[in-house]
Amino acid sequence: MDQATAFVIEPRHAARQRLGEQIFRGATLTAAVLVLVLLGGVTIALIKGAWPALSHFKLQFLTREIWNPVTEKFGALAAIYGTLVTSAIAMAVAIPLSFGISIFLTELCPAWLKRPVGVAVELLAAVPSIIFGIWGLFVFAPILQRHVQPWLIAHLGVLPGIGALFQGPPFGIGILTASLVLAIMVLPFIASVMRDVFETVPDVLRESAYGLGATTWEVIWKVVLPYSRTGVVGGIMLGLGRALGETMAVTFVIGNAHRVSTSLLAPGTTISASIANEFTEAVGDLYTSSLIALGVLLFLITFAVISAARLMLRRLDRKALASV
Amino acid sequence: MTRRFSRKVTNIVALALSVGATGVGLLFLGAILYTLLKNGFAGMSLHLFTQMTPPPGAAGGLLNAIFGSAMMTLIGIAVGAPLGVLAGTYLAEYGGNSKLSAVIRFVNDVLLSAPSIIVGLFVYQIVVVPMGHFSAIAGALALAVIAIPVTVRTTEDMLRLVPQGMKDASTALGAYPWRTTLSVIYPAARSGILTGLLLAIARVSGETAPLLFTALNNQFWSKDLNAPIANLPVVIYQFAQSPYPEWQQLAWSGALLITLTILALSIFARIVVSALQPARRS
Repeated sequence: MDQATAFVIEPRHAARQRLGEQIFRGATLTAAVLVLVLLGGVTIALIKGAWPALSHFKLQFLTREIWNPVTEKFGALAAIYGTLVTSAIAMAVAIPLSFGISIFLTELCPAWLKRPVGVAVELLAAVPSIIFGIWGLFVFAPILQRHVQPWLIAHLGVLPGIGALFQGPPFGIGILTASLVLAIMVLPFIASVMRDVFETVPDVLRESAYGLGATTWEVIWKVVLPYSRTGVVGGIMLGLGRALGETMAVTFVIGNAHRVSTSLLAPGTTISASIANEFTEAVGDLYTSSLIALGVLLFLITFAVISAARLMLRRLDRKALASV
Repeated sequence: MTRRFSRKVTNIVALALSVGATGVGLLFLGAILYTLLKNGFAGMSLHLFTQMTPPPGAAGGLLNAIFGSAMMTLIGIAVGAPLGVLAGTYLAEYGGNSKLSAVIRFVNDVLLSAPSIIVGLFVYQIVVVPMGHFSAIAGALALAVIAIPVTVRTTEDMLRLVPQGMKDASTALGAYPWRTTLSVIYPAARSGILTGLLLAIARVSGETAPLLFTALNNQFWSKDLNAPIANLPVVIYQFAQSPYPEWQQLAWSGALLITLTILALSIFARIVVSALQPARRS
């Protein structure tokens, strides 16, 4: 047999290969475009569902505190307020703690301890939010109620100004408890992003600073942090996005009261907690629609925050972020 | 001299605070796991796996909820994972650095971090409202929507780890990209894709918020896709908030079951990844 014929491609075989290529390429492209369709679909479906409430209440939906299913008057102010306040307090607690953890992991930790602690932090991130909720309700809230809140009321509650934040009876559950549970929840997310960001800092920069006589803290504060600023802010925003949208951990411990109260010890609500709590019990189109409208607000807020975070983290190695 | 002293003090204080922060983080992990194990194991018995969720004040198990969760997770992954793998393949093998892939990548990352309760509302709007009632299939679809971004991300990352030389060798033999993908890249990235699936299952099986108003709950045994179905997360949510000790106990046991499943999946995924690591270097 002539050697050359072995290399002649049969026309029918080639046609089959080309067809296969078109089908496979088409299938992967369709699936990829589906991701865009999904986002579009979520947007359209939510706005459609929220339309009755939005067109009925107009801008008042955003500015009114009232939430009355009986008279069918709904305003999102208390839920928006609760969402923003709980997330703000959670971030105020979680940012310094995660900064400390990530410094420990990248700059201080002996090599043998690095992996166990790192894995522990990632496991904390893998615990589903409902576990934080049930733990918050049965363990954390009673501890706060018995030991922490009475102290806050007695000592900080009497001060002028900030005293207003610590008024009322110690319920255990409320804005403060929800914020702290949220802080524990977002802690591992922020810490692991910060750790990954710090690890992108070239060792030669650290070594140069040490060579000039800098202390470990000065290396961290004046070299590592400025170099990785964008990524750190991105990690914080990612944590914020999670805190704003977190549902189950908050629903258990916030008390579900559509009220704007100055006191952090009072029960409140967040957008996601209101939806989780009331959706299946909502009677009437306007009630359901108002809850979906809350969902639209949450979607807008988190979309903005997460987009900003992802843009800031864009330059970071994508693989490093696979866990979040 | 004093300046040097103050620098040293600042350093020591800052580093001590950092160690303290790590301690606080680990303390909370320990506290949560401890409570979970203590309360969860108190209710561990064979009844959990053989009996249905009880009416208030009676003893029972979680069989229907475990079955419902397993079924919805299975269907959710069966629907979501293939789509995610295909989309991830497009991004890694065809899309390259085009504008379209950049947009898809960005949108996928946003979906990955989007609040899961939004997904619940979405599926409620497009499945539950047209059907007129809550159903297992709606719950499964909500889980699929959550699984898609996870698998897209992990698939793309894992396919990119396959050495370019292997792809080039296949192309040089005259293979079209689809042949290369199916016969060379997928087998090479098999354990990576498997890891992605495990992570997706882990992510999906603890989700509560998207099931609240899609699958709802069901006190009885049901395998009807078209009817509300019991599932562990929603059972935990409802039983934990009830005043009945038996229900609260079941909630803790269910919580322990879910957490152990998820931790086992994450650890298993980690092992698969580290088994993959040496192959990547060689």
